[in-house]
Amino acid sequence: MNLDVLIASAVDGLLIGFVYGVAAMGLTLIFGVMDVINLAHGPLIAIGMFGVYEIFTYVGMNPYLALIIVAVVGLAVGVLVYFVAVHRVIDAPPLSSLLSTFSVNMMIIGVGTAILTTSAYNVDFSLPSLDTGPITVTGTRLAAALIAVGVTALLYAFLYRTRSGKYIRAVANNRQAAELMGIPSTRILALAFGIGTMLAMTAGGLIATILPINILAGGTYELKSFVIVVLGGLGNPLGALVGGLILGLIEGLVPVFMKTTWVPVLEFGLFILILLVMPQGLFGRKES
Amino acid sequence: MKRFTGLLLSVLAVIVLAVIPLISGKASTREAMFTILMAIALASSLNMLLGYTGYVSFGHIVFFGVGGYAGFYTLTVLGWNLWLSMLVGGATAALLAYLLGKSILRLRGAYFALATIGVNEAMRALVNNMDFLGGPIGMTMKFSVYNEYGGAANALWLVYWVLSGIALLVVIVSYLVKRSKFGLGLMAIREDEDAAEVMGVRAPSAKTWSYVLSAVFPGLIGMLFFFKNGNIEPGDAFRLHLSIELIVMVMLGGFGTVLGPVLGAGVYQQLRKLLLTSPVFKNIQLAVAGVLLLLIILFIPTGAVGWLRRRFPRLRRVLE
Repeated sequence: MNLDVLIASAVDGLLIGFVYGVAAMGLTLIFGVMDVINLAHGPLIAIGMFGVYEIFTYVGMNPYLALIIVAVVGLAVGVLVYFVAVHRVIDAPPLSSLLSTFSVNMMIIGVGTAILTTSAYNVDFSLPSLDTGPITVTGTRLAAALIAVGVTALLYAFLYRTRSGKYIRAVANNRQAAELMGIPSTRILALAFGIGTMLAMTAGGLIATILPINILAGGTYELKSFVIVVLGGLGNPLGALVGGLILGLIEGLVPVFMKTTWVPVLEFGLFILILLVMPQGLFGRKES
Repeated sequence: MKRFTGLLLSVLAVIVLAVIPLISGKASTREAMFTILMAIALASSLNMLLGYTGYVSFGHIVFFGVGGYAGFYTLTVLGWNLWLSMLVGGATAALLAYLLGKSILRLRGAYFALATIGVNEAMRALVNNMDFLGGPIGMTMKFSVYNEYGGAANALWLVYWVLSGIALLVVIVSYLVKRSKFGLGLMAIREDEDAAEVMGVRAPSAKTWSYVLSAVFPGLIGMLFFFKNGNIEPGDAFRLHLSIELIVMVMLGGFGTVLGPVLGAGVYQQLRKLLLTSPVFKNIQLAVAGVLLLLIILFIPTGAVGWLRRRFPRLRRVLE
């Protein structure tokens, strides 16, 4: 076994792992704040992908600038989805919110396939790659990972340094108590859903700069996000980032040793195992 | 007889649907009814877990796929006949459900729903790698197999009648479970698992058996379906989307009722056909279905049967 190959695969996996982490953070934030598993997560990622693609291809804007527009739109889309589909079922049994977010999934995929079909698109953009002896890192991959780290830092700064962020954490901790303290919980829930969506769409935009995209591709990343979120502990954003790195590493390293088709077997096997053995995730706090 | 009035409508509905192809005698009608009856049987099976016990299985189709694969393997590779293969399919699905029941049914709420998705995806990925099951290409049945059952045309009718029988059986079992002490225990778990345990319901074993019961029939049907199809592949066998469609059917008709899944499956399939063939909605049928689903969840969360029961208390005796 060649060590260089191993290192190169690991680095490749880790870099994409940061992006997975951002996508999963969106899912886990929403779950942590309102106990809703957002089944529209995948299609929202896909909207992010195509947002960057369309802006880059038809406006000619730099994809990283387009990402900012996509993020802002993502916030708005998330707030809209919250009020249309989630607000009425926020206190209903889990099945209701699972199905209502899934109905959003169907709407997005339905309209998306009608307009874009399911064929693959490609953001035709590249950055000079970084060459350090044994390993060559593609520029776009490195940039995506760096942006992902930046987004995580921003998220934490927001959650811990701003008033709205504190409100979000308070509502996540105990909504009733937060309401008694005068926190406008509906607005905060909508904001949290918006930020979760923003993260999903940003991740989608980043993926579009690295890999070919199609409207159904979001589904794959949604499933990956589930695995990551469970790895890191449902509701724990930093855990999601670490989970993303673990998943990226698995995806990078496993193909060196066995067929690529075994990767999902390992991923979902690990997923079920973690759920059974430590449902609070690798970094989740113990619940009484 | 009065005890069984609640069952009457569901059984009648299934029988009427099943004999429609006899009247028209056309293969196309039979195929349309096959789809509806299969949906009824699968949705009613799922309802025994989802509706009675209150556990949301998002990957229920895994039993359909596993049953199909196990049966298909014994039929094509080992050369067993259809009936034995069907039993193998059902038994394999039941065994898987039992093992899963012992493990993932400990999880509650959203965690269980996520785990079932994981199980389905893991199984699909695993089968993809199993060379003796044909890997990603799957397995194909020799056409001559149909000769044992009186040629292809006869075999398809035979499969249709067996499916109709299973659909009828599922509905009856679903009714019997609901009316039994076992079913009462399940519904107690649905309302409050801890309270049910305090009252003497053995929740772990009751949950496991309801899981097994809801898995057996999809296993049998999986084998029938892929026998009719003539081939099986991972993408068809473990289609997560079909799984979610089943939940939609149960919700549409009314979860936890016997008639609900029957009604929901029938209406959903008709609606789908209508949307797929309409020139306006053909391209965005999925989006239209999504809008309808959202409206149901938001405004009629108990489904059609639940709504009728609440609105017209007199119907409660007839609509079970």
